[in-house]
Amino acid sequence: MTDLAATDPLPKPKRDIAPILLPIALALAMIPFVGSTSSWLTLTAASLAMGMMIFIMASGLTLVFGLMDVLNFGHGAFIAVGAYVATLILLPFAAAMQADSLLMNLAVLAPAALLSMAVSGALGLIVERVLILPVYGQHLKQILMTTGGLIVAEQTLYAVWGPQIIPLPLPTSLRGSFIIGDVAIAKYRLLAMLVGLVVFVAIQLVLNRSKLGLLIRAGVENREMVEALGYRIRRLFLGVFMTGSALAGLGGVMWALYREQVHASMSDDLTVLIFIVVIIGGLGSIGGCFIGALLVAMVANYGGFLVPKLALVSNILLMVAVLMWRPRGLYAVTSR
Amino acid sequence: MMILSGDPPRSRVLTLILVVIILALAATPYLFPGAKAMNVAAKICIFAALVASYDLLLGYTGSVSFAHTMFYGIGSYAIAIALYSMGPNWGAVATGIVVGLPLAALLALAIGLFSLRVAAIFFAMITLAVASAFQVLASQLSWLTGGEDGRSFQLPELLRPGTVLIPKSFAGFEFNGRTLTFYLVFAASALMILALLRVVNSPFGRVLQAIRENRFRAEALGFRTVFHLTYANCLAALVAASAGILNALWLRYAGPDTSLSFSIMLDILLMVVIGGMGTIYGAIIGATIFILAQNYLQSLMGVASKAAAEAGLPLLPGLLHPDRWLLWLGLLFIASAYFFPTGVVGRLRNAGTKKA
Repeated sequence: MTDLAATDPLPKPKRDIAPILLPIALALAMIPFVGSTSSWLTLTAASLAMGMMIFIMASGLTLVFGLMDVLNFGHGAFIAVGAYVATLILLPFAAAMQADSLLMNLAVLAPAALLSMAVSGALGLIVERVLILPVYGQHLKQILMTTGGLIVAEQTLYAVWGPQIIPLPLPTSLRGSFIIGDVAIAKYRLLAMLVGLVVFVAIQLVLNRSKLGLLIRAGVENREMVEALGYRIRRLFLGVFMTGSALAGLGGVMWALYREQVHASMSDDLTVLIFIVVIIGGLGSIGGCFIGALLVAMVANYGGFLVPKLALVSNILLMVAVLMWRPRGLYAVTSR
Repeated sequence: MMILSGDPPRSRVLTLILVVIILALAATPYLFPGAKAMNVAAKICIFAALVASYDLLLGYTGSVSFAHTMFYGIGSYAIAIALYSMGPNWGAVATGIVVGLPLAALLALAIGLFSLRVAAIFFAMITLAVASAFQVLASQLSWLTGGEDGRSFQLPELLRPGTVLIPKSFAGFEFNGRTLTFYLVFAASALMILALLRVVNSPFGRVLQAIRENRFRAEALGFRTVFHLTYANCLAALVAASAGILNALWLRYAGPDTSLSFSIMLDILLMVVIGGMGTIYGAIIGATIFILAQNYLQSLMGVASKAAAEAGLPLLPGLLHPDRWLLWLGLLFIASAYFFPTGVVGRLRNAGTKKA
């Protein structure tokens, strides 16, 4: 070991890139199986779009667990609430949605998404104060309370909106695909990818480049120390929880448009999916969550194309495989 | 005392309630010979055993599993498929049991070894994922399971309602094959609950409680925690599968809605919490309250909903609609997890000790 002079920069921590390579390797390995390049490109684009949407929904869950050590089984409720709230704007303004102008469409979509985020975020505030605040540090009770919250939220949605499926058609200008050569990439998927990337980059920037992010990361590592330095970590927790809920609401809107329908049971199905993603990524890790979401989406898309029957259990198989390799997920958060 | 494994209810009121419940259940075919009352009573018996086995996990080891209905479903489907494909004979019943129980135990072993090894928090999420995959699998493999329709089947001759064992002229009520099935369910459930009481009061059960309180310390004392947790998981799965077998035998049907659905899982969770975690007796109380509410409160809600609709109140008819009863149960669930985490049994026991 050479001695370090005081002016030398600190040695950089080793970057663990194996998990990053995993989705790339998986995508490349699928080329010979899928056969034609054009369908491979279409499938890959579809996986990326789906993965980004799942990431948006799951990021809040993993953040909340990482920072607050709270396992929110009711996270799916925020997704469903977001989707339902969006219909409040999207359905009355259906005419603007059907107009063949991207600007008009976005003028309806953007406020709908913002309202969803606002309502989910506000709901997050209530849930955090009422359900989670009394049970910090008690996993068993957290699971019970948030599961109860999920039931109540879902049943309230049923009571208010009724049990039927609400169709939610895509706006006209986002329908159809861009055709490049013989590769078809759906326009909406492109938008989903874009939004997903923006969210990912934004979270990464805030976490790694801002003082707020520094405090959050410090809180993950050692909560008491941050408190001792005079920061009100409770307020930080609340902020993260609301952000996570708002992101889930955004994800809900995007997922509802992707499926072109809204139903209260979507919270159940998606809860399972985002749990798998969060476990694969390593509880608390945003990067891991991103890669996990991509992996899940890839397995669903390639698997659905190659062996449709396998698609039923592919997520479980993926989870088993990843946990065999890294028992605590791709990027284990060290303090847990 | 021996039969209760030295763990009596420890509260006079509780003892009284339990005795009343058990006597009422045992006398149901005589007191309320209607089909609905019998169904409710049989369901209470089956769920009391199922919930008690879940209590072994939740209350005694402190690990939340969402795969309990999966084991319940394995038992149900095993017996249903066996009786469906082999015809209504005792050989098929035996085959269902011999296939179903080890399958459930093996699956529990695999899940346990896989997820309990890592971190306790993973267990809840992984069981949820595995259970949902199993549910999808069961509804998709329709050649085996009958898909969404499930499998209806015939019972062996002896257990059919048409088989009159003691005619009405003899004892005042007819003891037929259906009654015999009911007592089979009753006895098997009682046996399972007593066996679970034995388990939780054994040294093994004490270790489970130690793990619940402080896993690290239990490990430091030299107990192999993964072994104990996995063992408890397998035992709970076995009892759950047995309860599933009873359920299928009683309903003469196994399908996703009666044995696998996630809402049953929530029901079980609610029953444990309402009854009282870590008591086993809580299972009987929780199952009784819950299933009575499920069957009789819903009609009450229907009346209330109609009244609210006639009064022209907004939103309230929707909230009081009988299909929304889970909403109120969810609120009750949160309230009970918050205000009396020890459940009915814990409350009664505490009240007893305070007075004394």
